[in-house]
Amino acid sequence: MLWAIVIPALAVVPIAALRRRPNLREAATIVAAVATFAVTLSLLTAVLDGARPRVALFEVFDGAPLAFAVEPLGMLFALIASGLWIVSSVYSIGYLRANGESRQTRFFACFAIAIAATLGVAFAANLLTLFVFYEALTLATYPLVTHHGDDEARCGGRVYLGVLMSTSTIFLLPAIVATWLLTGTLEFTAGRIIDGQISGAGAAGLLALFAFGIGKAALMPFHRWLPAAMVAPTPVSALLHAVAVVKAGVFSLVKVIVYVFGLASAPDTLAWLVWLAGFTIIAASLIALAADNLKRRLAYSTISQLSYVVMAACLLTPAAVAGSALHIAAHAVGKITLFFAAGAIYTAAHKTRVSELDGIGRRMPWTMAAFALAALSLIGLPPTAGLLSKWYIMSGAFEGGHWTALLVLATGTLLSAAYLLPIVHRAFLRDPPAGQPAHGEAPWPMVAALCASAGLTVSMFFFPDVPLALARALVAP
Amino acid sequence: MTLASHYSYWVTIFLMVAGLFIVTASGNLVKKLIGLGVFQTSVYLLYIAPGKLIGGTAPILSGAFLTYSNPLPHVLILTAIVVGVATLALGLAIVVRIREEYGTIEETAILEQDRADAAARQ
Amino acid sequence: MTILDHLAPLQVVLPLVCAPLIVVVRRLGFAWAIATLASWASLAIAVTLALRVAAEGTLSYAIGNWPAPWGIEYRVDALSSYLLLLVSAIGSLVMPYARRSIVAELPREQEYLFYAMYCLCLAGLLGITITGDAFNLFVFMEISSLSTYVMIALGKRRQALVASYQYLIMGTIGATFYVIGVGLLYLMTGTLNLADLAARLRDVQEVRPLLAALSFITVGVGLKLALFPLHQWLPPAYAYAPSTVSAFLAATGTKVAVYVLLRFYFTVFGDSAVFQGVPFAAALLALSLIAMITASLVAIFQHDLRKMFAYSSVAQIGYITLGISLGNVSGLTGAIAHLFNHGVTKGALFMLSGGIALCCGATRLSELKGLGRRMPFTSAGIVLAGLSLIGIPATAGFTTKWYLVIGALERGMWPVAAVVVASSVLAVAYVWRFVEAAYLSEPQPGLSARPSEPPLSMLVPAWILVAACVYFGLETSFNVGAAQAAAEFLLRGPR
Repeated sequence: MLWAIVIPALAVVPIAALRRRPNLREAATIVAAVATFAVTLSLLTAVLDGARPRVALFEVFDGAPLAFAVEPLGMLFALIASGLWIVSSVYSIGYLRANGESRQTRFFACFAIAIAATLGVAFAANLLTLFVFYEALTLATYPLVTHHGDDEARCGGRVYLGVLMSTSTIFLLPAIVATWLLTGTLEFTAGRIIDGQISGAGAAGLLALFAFGIGKAALMPFHRWLPAAMVAPTPVSALLHAVAVVKAGVFSLVKVIVYVFGLASAPDTLAWLVWLAGFTIIAASLIALAADNLKRRLAYSTISQLSYVVMAACLLTPAAVAGSALHIAAHAVGKITLFFAAGAIYTAAHKTRVSELDGIGRRMPWTMAAFALAALSLIGLPPTAGLLSKWYIMSGAFEGGHWTALLVLATGTLLSAAYLLPIVHRAFLRDPPAGQPAHGEAPWPMVAALCASAGLTVSMFFFPDVPLALARALVAP
Repeated sequence: MTLASHYSYWVTIFLMVAGLFIVTASGNLVKKLIGLGVFQTSVYLLYIAPGKLIGGTAPILSGAFLTYSNPLPHVLILTAIVVGVATLALGLAIVVRIREEYGTIEETAILEQDRADAAARQ
Repeated sequence: MTILDHLAPLQVVLPLVCAPLIVVVRRLGFAWAIATLASWASLAIAVTLALRVAAEGTLSYAIGNWPAPWGIEYRVDALSSYLLLLVSAIGSLVMPYARRSIVAELPREQEYLFYAMYCLCLAGLLGITITGDAFNLFVFMEISSLSTYVMIALGKRRQALVASYQYLIMGTIGATFYVIGVGLLYLMTGTLNLADLAARLRDVQEVRPLLAALSFITVGVGLKLALFPLHQWLPPAYAYAPSTVSAFLAATGTKVAVYVLLRFYFTVFGDSAVFQGVPFAAALLALSLIAMITASLVAIFQHDLRKMFAYSSVAQIGYITLGISLGNVSGLTGAIAHLFNHGVTKGALFMLSGGIALCCGATRLSELKGLGRRMPFTSAGIVLAGLSLIGIPATAGFTTKWYLVIGALERGMWPVAAVVVASSVLAVAYVWRFVEAAYLSEPQPGLSARPSEPPLSMLVPAWILVAACVYFGLETSFNVGAAQAAAEFLLRGPR
C-alpha cells in the first residue's frame, strides 16, 4: 500500500533528472501514473472483501503514529486520484507544449508530489497522518498555482496559501488536539470515537472547528482561495478542482463526520452545517450564474458542488452518505472534463469568456460534446454519473425527512442547469461572430484526455459497480 | 536593630540605583561603563557587609575566639571584581574601536550615523 | 580511578584549555583543528554522560574532592544532559562550517583569536549547564558572555561593534542582577549549592527576601534569554555578528539561559512557599504572548534576512517561556523540546544565511531575488527549516506546537492556544517573504551571475541540521522523549 504513495514521490527524481529530454520526462510521468494506478487497483479486491490493510510508520507522539490504512472511502478517493492523474498528465503534456509554458520540469515534479500527498490523505489512518499530508498538499500545490511567476500569480498564491494555511492552523489543529484530549485517540475507527465525551454545543463547536479548518472543502466564508487559484494554468485548475485539493478537503470532512462523529450522532450537532452547506450551494451557484469568465464560473460551480457532498454527509442517512461518496467521484470526472474543455478552448481559440463562445461547437465538436456530457453530469441528468450520486443524495434526504435539503438540492440543480446549459446552447446553436480567425481543435493529447474523462462520466453510469460497492461499504454497519 | 543600623544596605541601594541611572541616562559610552562599574560595586557591598558578624574576629582559627567573620563573601567578591575588571577592559576596548570607526563616542551621534547608513542602503 | 570517573569536569576543562593553547600556537589551520577536536570531544563526553544519567540517575562530582555543600559540585541530571547534548552537538556542527565562513568574514590575523574565543564560549556554556553551584554558574555565565561579546564585535560591519557594546551593557546588568539574587539567597540560607539551597529554602520563614531574590534572578536571566521586553540586544547582535557566531549563539546562548531559569524555578524554588502568591507564572505568560505576536509582526517587515530570523528567535523564545509558565507536564515538555527543536532550526537557518552572505555578499531580501535558481540547495534548505519554524506537521517545530496547545487546553486556556496558532500563521508570512523573493522573483539585472552554492564544508553541516528538523519531527523519541523525562523530573521537585 505504501508503494502507492512512494511511487509518485519517487517519480520526482527521474522527472527532474530528465530535465533536458522532454519526451523521456513526460514518459516518466506517464509510467509513474500508470504504476500508481495499478498499485491502487490491486488493493481494491481486498478492500471490497472487507479487509482493511494497515501500515504504521513512525510513532510521532505516544499513541498517534504516522500510519496508513485503507477503507472504502479512501479507496474510492485513491482510485479517482491516481486514475485521473494519468488523464491529466496526458492533457498537461498537450497544454504545456501548445502554450509554450516555461519551467515544465518543475510543473511535472510538483504534480507528482501533489499526487503523493493526495494519496497520503486518502490512505491516512488517523487524524495526525491526515493533517501531515493535508499540509503537504497545500505546500506542494503552491508552486503549481504560482507557476506563471508574475505579479498576478504571486497575489493569487498569497490568497491561496493564506486562506488554506490560516484555516488549517487556526481551526484544524486545535480541533485535532481537542479530539485527542477528549478521546485519547486520533484513529479513524469504524463507529465513532466521540462517544458522549462532549455535549451538544461543544460537539457543534468541535464540528465547526473541523469544518472551517478543512479549508479545502471551500465552505463559505473560507472559499476565496478557489477563485484566487484560477491564476494557475488550466491543468493545475483541473487537478486542484477536480482531483486533488478540493476532493481532499471534502474527503477529510466526510471522514471526520463518519468516523470521528459517527453516523449515529445527534442530528442537532450537524444541523447547522446542513444550513451552511445549503447556503453555500445557492450562493455559489448564483455567483457562477453571473460570472462571464469561464474558469471563474467553473470555480464557483465547484464550490457549490462541494457543498453538495458536505450537505449530503451531514444528513446522516446511509443513502445520503453513500451519495456523498459517489458525488466525490462523479463530480471529479465531470469537473475535470469541463476544465479540460476550458483549457482546450483557451489553447485553440484564445478565448476565456462565456460571451465569446458563440458557435465554437462547430469548430471544436469533440471538445464541446465532452463539455456537454460533463455539464449533464453536473446537473444530474442521465446517462451520466451525476444522476447516480444525485439520486442517492435525494433519496437519502427524502428518507430522513429533510425537506429543506431537498428544496436546496432541487434549486441547486436548476441553477447549475442555468449556468451550464447556455454555454452548450451558445456553442452549438449560435453562429460564430464574423471576422474570427479560423481554428480547429486543440492538440490531440488534450482532446484525447477530455474525451477519456467524458467517457468515464458516462461509463460510471452504465457500470457503477465499483463505486457503488465502495460507497455502500462505507455506510455498512 | 534600627533602620539606621542597616546603613550598609542603604548605601548598597543608593549605589545600585545611581549606577543604573548613569548607564541609562548617559549618552557617552565611557560614562555608561563607569555607571556599570558603580552598579557592580553596590553588589560587592551587598555581599561583604553582611559577612562581618558583630563581635566576630578575623577568620583565623584560634582557641580564644568563638565568633568568626565569614570569609566566603570576600572570596566570591574577588571573583566578581575580576569579572568586573575584565568586562570594563573589554568594554573600553570596544569603545576605542567604535571611536576609530565612527569618530565619536556619543550614543546619539552613532545612532544618527547608523540611520544614515541604513537609509543609504535602501 | 579511570578517566571516565572525571568526565564531568573534563566536559568543561577540555574546551577551556584549548583556548590558551590556540592563542599560544597561532597557526590558523591548527587553531581550527583544535577548536573542532575540542567540540567533537565535548560531544563524545556529553553523549557518555547522557547515557550514564539515563542508566544510573543523577550524577554528582565534587570538584577537588571537597564534598558538597562546602565545595563546588558538578551535577548532571535529566535536564542538564539534554542541554549538554544540544550545546556540544551544535558546536560540533558549527566548527566544520566555520572554516570557510570565518576565512571570508574575518581578517586573517584575527582568525585564531576567534577560535580561542569560541573555545571559551563553549566551555562557559557547558559549565553553566553542568555546575551545581550558584556562584560558579555566574562565573561560567560571564566567561561565555565575555567571549560572546568579543565574537560579535568581530563582525565585518561597524554596526557589529555597537551591537556588541549594547549587548555588553545589557548582559552585564543581567549578570549582576543574577548575582544580587544569589546574594540574597546566600544571606537567607548560608549556602550556594543549588540542591542544598532547595532543601534550606523550605525552612526559611521570611518570604520577602526570597521574592526579591527570585525577581532579581528572573530579570537577570530574562535579559540573557531575550525575554520581551529585555530583548533589544538580540536583533542587532545576531544580524551583524559573523555568520558562524550567529548560528552558534542562536542555537545555544538563549537556550542555556532558559536552562538557568528552569533550574531556579523548579529545582531551587519548587517546593517553597514562594511560588504561590506572586504571579510569576502569569507575568511570564503575558510577556510570552506579547513576545510571540509582536516579534513575529516585526519580523514580517524586516528587509534583511538575518534580522528577520533574529526577531523570529525572540518570538520562538516566547514559545519556550510560554511552556514554562503553563506549569503542567505538557507545557513544560513543549518548552524543553523547543530548546532542541528551535536550536536545530535556527542553527540551520543562520548557517544557510551565512552561505548566502558568502556567495552573494549580502543578505538583504531585495538582493536575493531569484535565489532559487542560483542557489537551489541553500534555498530549499531555508524553506524546509522555515517550515519547521512555522510548525508544519512532520517537522520538529510541530511537535512543540502540539505540546504547547495541549498544555494550554489542559489548563482550559483557550485564548492562549489561539495566540499560539495565530503566531504560527504570522510565521508563514515572514517565511513566505523569502519564498517569494527566491522563487517568484526575477533576479536583478546587474547582479553577478554566480550560480554557485557555498562550499560543501558549509552546506553539509547546514543540511544535517535541516534533515534533523524533519527527522525529529517524525522520530520524536529523543527530543520529545528526553524533554518529557526532564519535565517530569523537574515537576517532581527537588529531593
